Order: sequence, then structure tokens, then C-alpha cells
Amino acid sequence: MTWTQFFRRRWWDEERAREISAYLEIETADNTARGMPPAEAAAAAHRKFGNTGLVQEEIHCMNTIGWLEGAWQDLRYAVRTLRLSPGFAAVAILSLALGMGANTAIFQLLDAVRLRSLPVARPQELAEVKIAGGNHGMGLNQPYGELTRPLWELIRDKQQVFSGVFAWSANERYIGRGAEMRHFNELLVSGGFFRVLGVTPYRGRLIEPQDEGACPEPVAVASYSYWQSELGGRDIGSGIKLYADGDLVQVVGVTPPEFFGMVVGDSFDLAMPFCKPNQPLRRDVFEVSVMGRLKPGWTRERASAAMSALSPGLFEATVPPGREPSSQQMYRNFRLAAYPASGGVSELRQTYDKSLWLLLGITGLVLLIACANLANLMLARASARGREIAVRMALGASRGRLLRQLLAESCLLAIIGAALGVALSQTLCRVLFWAVLPEGRKAGLRVITDWRVMLYAGAAAILTCIIFGAVPALRASNSQPSAAMKAGGRGMTASRERFSLERAMIVTQISVSLLLLVGALLFVRSFRNLMTFNPGMREAGITSAFLGFWQSNLPHERWMEFERQLLQEVQQTPGVLTAASTTHVPLWGGSWTHGVRVGSTEGDSKFTWVSPDYFRTMGIPVMWGRAFNQNDSNTSTRAAIVNEAFVRKFAGGRDPIGLTLRTGEEPNYPSTVYEIVGVVTDTKYNDVRGISPIQAFAPATQLPNQGPWANLLIYSKVPSNALIATLKRKLAHDHPEVITEFGNFQQVVRDRFLQERMMATLSGFFGGLAAILAMVGLYGVVSYMVARRRNEIGVRLALGADRRQVIAMVMREAGRMLAIGIVIGTGLSLAAGRSARSLLFGLKANDPSTFVAAGLLLAAIAVAASFIPARRAARLDPMAALRDE
Amino acid sequence: MARKQPESEILQGTLDMLILHTLAPGAAHGHTIAYAIERRSEDVLLVEHGSLYPALHRLEARGWIASFWGTSENNRKARYYRLTAAGRKQLHAETSRWQRVVRAVNQVLRPVEE
Repeated sequence: MTWTQFFRRRWWDEERAREISAYLEIETADNTARGMPPAEAAAAAHRKFGNTGLVQEEIHCMNTIGWLEGAWQDLRYAVRTLRLSPGFAAVAILSLALGMGANTAIFQLLDAVRLRSLPVARPQELAEVKIAGGNHGMGLNQPYGELTRPLWELIRDKQQVFSGVFAWSANERYIGRGAEMRHFNELLVSGGFFRVLGVTPYRGRLIEPQDEGACPEPVAVASYSYWQSELGGRDIGSGIKLYADGDLVQVVGVTPPEFFGMVVGDSFDLAMPFCKPNQPLRRDVFEVSVMGRLKPGWTRERASAAMSALSPGLFEATVPPGREPSSQQMYRNFRLAAYPASGGVSELRQTYDKSLWLLLGITGLVLLIACANLANLMLARASARGREIAVRMALGASRGRLLRQLLAESCLLAIIGAALGVALSQTLCRVLFWAVLPEGRKAGLRVITDWRVMLYAGAAAILTCIIFGAVPALRASNSQPSAAMKAGGRGMTASRERFSLERAMIVTQISVSLLLLVGALLFVRSFRNLMTFNPGMREAGITSAFLGFWQSNLPHERWMEFERQLLQEVQQTPGVLTAASTTHVPLWGGSWTHGVRVGSTEGDSKFTWVSPDYFRTMGIPVMWGRAFNQNDSNTSTRAAIVNEAFVRKFAGGRDPIGLTLRTGEEPNYPSTVYEIVGVVTDTKYNDVRGISPIQAFAPATQLPNQGPWANLLIYSKVPSNALIATLKRKLAHDHPEVITEFGNFQQVVRDRFLQERMMATLSGFFGGLAAILAMVGLYGVVSYMVARRRNEIGVRLALGADRRQVIAMVMREAGRMLAIGIVIGTGLSLAAGRSARSLLFGLKANDPSTFVAAGLLLAAIAVAASFIPARRAARLDPMAALRDE
Repeated sequence: MARKQPESEILQGTLDMLILHTLAPGAAHGHTIAYAIERRSEDVLLVEHGSLYPALHRLEARGWIASFWGTSENNRKARYYRLTAAGRKQLHAETSRWQRVVRAVNQVLRPVEE
């Protein structure tokens, strides 16, 4: 047997058939020549030859591969049978496609966020060097910043662990001038970055070690997408020059399309080298992430040990000056360790990891419910085809052969469902992205249908095929031909045994649906809690404005004055009720902490410098003392307003007015004594979900280290968009050099609930889907049972049974399944609730009212689903039913 | 559709050898081969001529014989077979093996001398 034979088997079949008929012709002719009559001559020739069909089949068998041919036949047969019942096929394929599509979409998202490696050479060799246990919030911390620049330089010069090391940081900067100005994501890299990663240029060259340090000619490397969209894909050779925050830089190269930087979900626009600033590098700004490629044969553990051994010298040499001794001692005790970095870093990953796994579980369960439905449908079909199967078994079909044929049908459904599901998942995935990711992040994540996704979909298809196909097929092929032919669907009462599988499947469906409904309700209520939660301050009607004036040539001393001027101009804009400046926009995630001492009590407090109208603007009531006013100036006594938590911790709950607090010394923030002049109520600080921490406020005029920017919060009854348009126009006209960025405060706060929104929406959707699927399943099975018991019910009615009794009989049946399902489901939900605990806000995972609501909802659905067939049973005309018999 | 071959292995091998042998003098078509074997074996080895065709197919697949369409003695289209070089070698090997076996079996079956 060869493959050529296999593929030419049809040709061979014909060839041999011709040959055989040639034999027959010759033999017939010979016979006729011997004097036989023509009819007898032909018959004799056939006799001489033997069974032509058998010979042809034998030759065909030599040419074919038995199982392959068999599988092909089964598949064709399956297509034919499915075509006979298009309704069944459509329902089956659609529900499978939905289940698989949802599953694959979530998996794709998970794959994009979590599982995929960086698109660089041998990513598994990469390791990130971090302080074991973090830096305890010391100094200034940038996103993804793990170490300081001085520390990085020492590591670069001293380490023996890596074959190459590099450092990088991600920043937001501005490109262009004046009105042309816009954001870009900067990837600041050390000279060895691209070389160690093994990224090769798409165009031009990438950043090299000689670009770093003194930076004689500022250069930049564009990402492929930035080069395409912002630079128009222009030729690099002619030299593209850009103004980045006022500095002229030349774009010398483009990275390959697949390289998005180090942050998954946040692609970079321009990469620039580390340049030595005019002042010495600060030792308390944790701004870089340091990574390296392990030397061949080195494990991460060995690298960790080596870095830890190197640590004392490194930290001793870089102790940040001007800090409290205790803080400096903590710094000396830091130890470095190596962490896996093959997947890059990602904020998304940390945020969405758990919810995505949970969603994958949820969609898996939905698929399971869909499978159970299909299994029940297949069971019903198999028993309807019982007679056919019995006949075929009686004719000698083997059990395995029949099993294969029945499985072929379910596998065909599963494969079509999976194919449609993968197609559907592309759309679903896009919708998910749109729903999940904050504005401006969408470009960063790449969703690719790669082998991993296909493998997942394939595995899901096979698994579903086995789940919903194998059991019915096994049972059908196990039937005894004689029994099946005798019964022929005419039994008087259906035995309990007969429906045990269907029952088990319905109980599973109900319990899993309950689990999903509980989950859905928990997440929906959690989201509602979050949306309606009062953080202790005004959210609606607040517009935020970030005004940057580092491109104006104002001297350092006039920055504070300019900020006040800008605030005044905003306050005078029509429609603005009040406005205030602040160093920290609440509920947006940032944090600003100082060490504080009141009397003998020491501790930490959040610190915010605000202009006089801040509390009025944000609707935070001043409980005791006074708010800030115009008299709190740069030269007056340092004044502070604290919150209730502060009073509880530092003043033992007594009236703190007149007490003084002293801040700990930090670079640029000398130790200062403030007199407490007022107390405000507790509010949330940087996250609605977080605690209400100890807080202190000081007048903006007394901020020790004003930067060339201002954060304003503006309260207005005018819709935010209209107000923003007005302010933008006004500022662009009066101060073209000022960079402006506006936001709807409440909108931004709520955008931070995207994860909760996603969980609520998706789990709600899937919970509903599960309930509908379970309802369909229950309806189908109860209807089927009623149909099979038609005769029995007819007899009961004829013997005088009340119609209500018939309804009760059928409903009891359904009720028992419902009760068992709910009990099991409650157990499942309690067990699964623990994994959702950290994602819930304002309610517990075992919230009793949620459980009761989910149970009632499911019970109502189940009763509705089984009442229709029950009533149909009760309306049965006993005469008609018995006549059928 | 994997059906068991009806012939026992020894007969199958024998039939193959006989076909090769029949083709040794020159090309022939199925009808001729069948009659040749039938005649020479005195109807023992080929009861139904049909069983010749799977054997021909197998031999052709192995490359021992090659086929072409030709015209028979009485002017009919027929598929002719001829030995290939490999087939000739195979015939030689088979024949000597067969003769060895026959000799050995005869030795065993010889009446025991006392």
C-alpha cells in the first residue's frame, strides 16, 4: 500500500473494473465460439470468474487505509444525517460556537496579556533585577521603576551574572511645539538595550552604546507603528528631526513591527538613550527597570544569589543623602534578586490576571452547560434511532464501528462549532478589548491567533466532542438489538434507569448555572456598590486640568505665581463655580507620603498642598477650625489641615487645633513645622476601593518645591465637554506655550473600575446565557420524558387521574432535579467564592441575599421551563394516547 | 472495510509465483494467465478466475509486473502484463525457495525406512 495508490484508488477501481469486464467479454466470446447460446455464454463466464463484486472490493481494500476510509465514510454519513435535521444541527452548532467563541476570546486575551513572551531572541534567558520585597515606597517611584540610575550604573559595571545587561524606563513626554504639541510614549534605554535583547533594526540603526551618556547628538528610534502613523513611513536616511520637549532629536532608525517595548499593553513611540543630566543623578528616584540575559548555564536562582551577595556594596555606595537615618539604614539593608522577565512587564497583567482566569473558568462552565444540552439532545436522537442501530447490529455491524459512527456526528458538530467559534472569537475579542482597556491603551496589545490559540480551540473541540458525544454513543451501542427492536419506543412506562443520565446532566446544568448566577450577581452588585459609593468628596461636575508650562521661559521663582495666575483665570471663566489647585488629584491612583511627628507620636501621613478653595470645590466639609485662605502665604506661619484619621492617630481623638506637626526630612523637602488649623472629614485617597488613610493638607503657597506645572480641579454646572472646550480655547489664546490636558474627573475615576465593569458585564452575560441554556435543557428533557410516558399518562387519565395530579407528577419530577441541583450548586458557589473574594467590593463572597436571589431566579426559570410540558401532558386526550397504542 | 484476505498465505505466495512464472516467456493478459494456470495445475490452484485479479494488482503494486492495454488475439481490448526486471529476480528467488521447501517437505514425508 502506498500513498499514491491511496490517492488514485478511484482510478484503480475503474481500471480493474474495466479489466474484469474485458475478461468476461473474452470468456463470453470463447464460450459462444464453443457453441453456447449468448445468454448462457455470459452466465458461464461469470461463473468461471466468480464474484466480481468481491474481487473488486478486495482490490479496493488493498489500495485504501482502512480507518481513514472508514472515518471519511462516517463523516459523510454524519453530514447526511445532520442535513436531515437542520434545526437540531443549527441549535447544536450555534450553542457550541457561542461557548467556544467566548472561551477562545478570553483565552486569546489571557494569552496576549499574560502568556506570550516578548518578541525578542530567546526571551526565557531574560531576568529582571529588583529589590527583593520592593523599596517600601522610599523616594520617588515611577511606573515600572525598580532601581535608581546610580544603582543601575554600579550594577552595569560590577555584575558578573549576565552576559549582557540593560536598563530602561517608560515616560510620557510631549513632541512638537505650541498648538502642534502632543503626547508620546518614550522608552528611555541604556546603550546596550537593543543589543542585549537581540532586536534588529527594521530601518536605519538602533540605539548603540555610544549614543548614551554625553549624548553629543540626540538620537531617537521610532517604533514601527509610530513611524507609520506619525512619521508617515518616511525614509530614515534623509534624517527626520523632531522637537521632543523643546530638544531637537534625530530619528535614526525603526524597530521591527512586532517589537512593542518592554511593557505588555503599552507600546512605545520613540526610544531614546539615557543622557547624563546637568545635575548629578538622584539616588532616591526609582525610575529604571534593570534586566539582563543570563550567562549560558546560569539559573535564575544562582543569579539571584550572586546579585544578593553583590548587594551590600552596591547599596552602601548609593545611599540617598538628606534622609532620616532610619530610612537610610533600611536602604542599606536592601538586597537584589533576579526575577523572570521573559514576558516583559505589565500593569495589565497584574490587574487583569485573576479576573481573566476567572472568566476563562466561567466561559468553560458555559461551554460545559452547552455540552450537557447537546448530550441530552444526542441521547434523545440516539434513542429515536434505536431501531436503526438495532437493525444494523443485527446485520453484523460491530459495536466499535457503530460507536465510531455516532462519535463522528458529535465530532463533526464540535469541529464546525469550534471553527465558527474561532471566527466569532475575533469579533468577541475586539469587543472585549474595547470594553476592558482604557482609552489610548488599545494599540499596545496585539491579539494574534497563533498556534497557541488554535491548539486551545482544538483541545476544547475534542474535549466537548468527547463530553457530549461519548456517553450517548456508548449507551446506544450497548443496547441489545433484540430488546431495542421489541421495545421500538412503545414501552408502557419508561424505566427510571432510562432517564438516569438525562437527570444527572440536568442536575449538573442546574448546579453550574446556579454557580454562574451567583457569580454574576456578586459581580454586578459589587460594581453597583462601587459606582454608587460615596468617597467622601464630590465627583460629579468636577473637571480636571493639567497645565504644564516648562516650555515657557519663566524663571523658577515665578512658577508659583504663574500657577496662581492660571488658577485665577480659570476661576474667572464663565460657568466655573469654584476651582482649586492641588499637588495630588484624589482617586486617580497617585500617592504622596511624608514622615510626620506630632509630639512624641511618629508615623506617616499623606500630604497634599492645595489652594484655598480646594475643600469647597471638592465638597469636603471642614469640621473644626478653618479652611485655608489668602492669608496663608509663603511668608506666613506654616498651616496644616488634617483629617479625622490623623486626629485619631496623632491627637488621640482630641481637638488638635493649635497642635504642631513636624515632617521628616527629605531631599528638597526640609523638615518643617506646621500648625494644625483645621480638621476635615475622612475621604478616600487614591482609590475608591482603598482605605481612608491619614491625610494632611497644606497651603499651595507653602509648597517647598513647586514644579512648572499645575493640577486644577474645577467645579461647574456646565457639562464637562463644553467647559473643557471653552477653557482650551481661552488658554490656547492667552498662553500658547502652556501644555493643557483636561479630563472629566468622575469619568476618569470610573474608568479605573473597568475591571469591575468587565467582570459585571461579562459574568452577567454568561450567567444569563447559562440560565437560558439550562432552561432549554430542562424544557427539552421534561418534554422528552413526557412524550415517552404518553401512554402511561393516558392510562392514568383514563382511570380517572385529575389533570392537576398529572401536572404535579411532572413538576415533582422537575422539582427533585432542581432541588438537588441547587444544593450542589450552593456548595460549588461557596467553594468557588473564595477565588472571587479579592475582586469584590462592599460585599462578601458568601453574601446570603445573593445566594437566595440566584436560587429563586433559577427556581423560577426551572418552574417555567417544566410547566409548559407538564401542562401539555395534562391536556393529553386519553383516548388519542391509548389509540396510539 | 478491512476485510481478511480469503487465501491462506502459502497459497497466496504460490499464486504469485505461478503468475510470475506464467509471464516469464512473454506478456499475457488476465484471461490467458488464468487459463494457463488452470490448465497446468489441473484445476487445483485456481478455482475461480476472479481471484487472479487481486494477485495481479498486488504484484503490480510491488513493481514485479507492469501492465499496458493491448488488443487480444480475437481483437478485444485487454490489459496485458509483463515481467519487470525486479519481477524476474523475484521469480528466481521464489522458485528456488519453493524448490528447497518442497525438497525438505518431501524428505520429511518420505516413508520411514526400517
